[in-house]
Amino acid sequence: MTLLRVEGLRVGIHGAPILSDVSFAVEEGEVFGLVGESGSGKSMTALALMQLLPYGAAASGRAAFGGRDLLSLSEREMCGVRGNDIGMIFQEPMTALNPVQTIGDQVAETLIVHGVSSRADAARAARARLDRVGLPAADFPLGRYPHELSGGQRQRVCIAMAVALRPKLLIADEPTTALDVTTQAQILTLLKGLVREERMALMLITHDLAVVAGLSDHVAVMREGRVVEADRTEALFRTRGHPYTQKLFAASEHAPQRARMAKEMPLLSVEDVTRSYALPRVSFFAPPVPLNAVNGVTLTVRDGESVGLVGESGCGKSTLSRAILGLDPVQGGRILLDGEEVDGGGHLPDALRRKMQVVFQDPYGSFNPRHRVGRLVAEPFHLYPGDLADREARVGRALTDVGLTPADTSKYIHEFSGGQRQRIAIARALVTRPKLIVLDEAVSALDVSIRAQVLDLLADLQARYGLSYLFISHDLHVVRAITDRVYVMRRGRIVEDGPTAEVFDAPRHEYTQELLAATPRIPADWHEGGRYGT
Amino acid sequence: MRWPVSFVFGAALSAVFVAAALVSFLWTPHDVETLNVAARMQGPSGAHWLGTDHLGRDILAMLMVGARTSIAVAVVAVGIGIVFGVPLGLLAAARRGSLVDEVVMRGNDLIFAFPSLVIAILITAVFGPSAVNAIIAIGIFNTPVFARVTRGAALSLWTLDYVKAARVAGKGTARISVEHILPNVANLLIVQGTIQFSLGILAEAALSYVGLGAQPPVPSWGRMLADSQTMISLAPHLAIFPGLAIVLTVLGLNLVGDGLRDVLDPRVRRAR
Repeated sequence: MTLLRVEGLRVGIHGAPILSDVSFAVEEGEVFGLVGESGSGKSMTALALMQLLPYGAAASGRAAFGGRDLLSLSEREMCGVRGNDIGMIFQEPMTALNPVQTIGDQVAETLIVHGVSSRADAARAARARLDRVGLPAADFPLGRYPHELSGGQRQRVCIAMAVALRPKLLIADEPTTALDVTTQAQILTLLKGLVREERMALMLITHDLAVVAGLSDHVAVMREGRVVEADRTEALFRTRGHPYTQKLFAASEHAPQRARMAKEMPLLSVEDVTRSYALPRVSFFAPPVPLNAVNGVTLTVRDGESVGLVGESGCGKSTLSRAILGLDPVQGGRILLDGEEVDGGGHLPDALRRKMQVVFQDPYGSFNPRHRVGRLVAEPFHLYPGDLADREARVGRALTDVGLTPADTSKYIHEFSGGQRQRIAIARALVTRPKLIVLDEAVSALDVSIRAQVLDLLADLQARYGLSYLFISHDLHVVRAITDRVYVMRRGRIVEDGPTAEVFDAPRHEYTQELLAATPRIPADWHEGGRYGT
Repeated sequence: MRWPVSFVFGAALSAVFVAAALVSFLWTPHDVETLNVAARMQGPSGAHWLGTDHLGRDILAMLMVGARTSIAVAVVAVGIGIVFGVPLGLLAAARRGSLVDEVVMRGNDLIFAFPSLVIAILITAVFGPSAVNAIIAIGIFNTPVFARVTRGAALSLWTLDYVKAARVAGKGTARISVEHILPNVANLLIVQGTIQFSLGILAEAALSYVGLGAQPPVPSWGRMLADSQTMISLAPHLAIFPGLAIVLTVLGLNLVGDGLRDVLDPRVRRAR
């Protein structure tokens, strides 16, 4: 039976259309996937259903839910629906909980607000819900505060809050995007179990086709505020009827054409490097305890080679990258770039600095918003003594190399999209003609179609200029697509390394196996035009 | 973009105050230094719009010239605060967690620990009362304010990727502080500057009131209040007009500061 039927949903912000004619239906007890790239309107759809649209946005159309039209309910009536009939969880578990309230109070609050139980009953119910989402009383008493929990545990608390009143529909907006793969797998399993046990429907909003493949019964693909295609998940994955769906699949499975060009000579060698921080003293007289964020790591990148460094958040990969870039001193071992020692404690010679550059994850935080592109890209020219005569020509060429034009130098960074900004970041890294570029989650924040283009660009630049890449990422698909060799890092140590294909096809270390098993994937036989399985 | 009503109102008040000070260089209704005891303590009239004081001086003229004193003291005091405080804040943020940071910030705490008026009294007691010493005193307690605001904002900027990218480009901390940090904390400094400016006017009035600020015959709002104190029952307008001048100016500058904060903060701007 249909639980939610959305018909002709339109949303405009100050008159500008955001959603046009969105229609879909969610059956009782099913998982409904809403897939699309950023800006496609999938979150707006969810917010419109909950009447939580931002100021200035107005919705029209119909959303029939349990005999009522959600869009025409008053705010008072909607308060009775939110949390009670429809629960919702968001992407960022770090900010979704109130930091000064215990988790028990926050879960119980939903019950008390809807007047279903007394305070004591609510606490008991909260306990039961937390048990159900995998936070047992022994380790997670009700009096715990959010800061004592990890991201995955917080997301579990959010889920407990959302399902406290056993809603008929749970809307999950990118519930695992901010989490590590192994945590993501656990949360997805939890959601799947809840749907089955509670006979609750789940509307799963995500950009990740593989997550949808593993979880949802029906799926709708959104683009620019419209549903372009909707069907049973397997049928949609096999037929890929709409050109945009085809494009999306092609982009997410994309691996750039790469020529093997690694030479034997090592360019970067990290030898037994240790990076440690002093933790705050436990008591006044106790000596400070060091925390080894990077513990005896040895790693090499050969000339012209592309090397991956994978691991989950907190494994020390970013700390290691800062040491390699000479931004932080190391406490043990040494780092050699092209035969010269990189000493983060002192001042690096300009000639050595010129040989390596970096591209960061966040295309929005990587640039000073007050400078023009020309000045931003030219920043590394600081590494050359005196004034360069061909400064402008070089900036222009770097921009052309990354697919932009020299005319872009006079623009400000906010005039560019995320993908274009990442290209500008690459141009800035290229401008000194470095030998090594450290790509720290450089494509993680990009949509799949943009990501495919940037990966192609990176492969092309590598072939043209003989660059070496150290590709740091948590995304195994991307690492597989762009690297020759890979290192797997866990808790500050390298647990496995080898040629990428070998490591991914036949992982030896149990952690690598765990990582690969947790990575969601589209079933191998769900190819385009493939035949239905049984 | 629409300017908030409170900002427009504040800006208008501040503009009147600045205009009065500027006009006073060219023209005042009467000469402020001419005494006319025969015409003392008159109420507002056609000849003296706001009346005269106990020595027969025109109150409007004194308020206009007093505005000059107030502005001069406050501008220079805020300037001292910025010139010393901002570099200290940038330095502390650039060397965050080090001994330098600790010394700068604890030094700030030390200055903060003294009530500002006590420092002012101390300085004027040692060096003698004058407008210059009042400026120095107010400037000293402005310094830690700017140092803290700068450091606080700069600390979060130092963790951003574009600062890391600048370090990878081989730029030193001084250069990064000037090129990348300073322009991005400038908004906050402008807002803080406006607020400190109004506090400076208030502090100047307070110091002059206790006789530690500008000395006679230079007119000052604080001393006009002090002079009127004993005659308040005979001629209340002697106290009311300088009092109103102080209140309206400080109010105006505070509204401007609040308005600027909203206008310059992109988050607030979007929410509006």
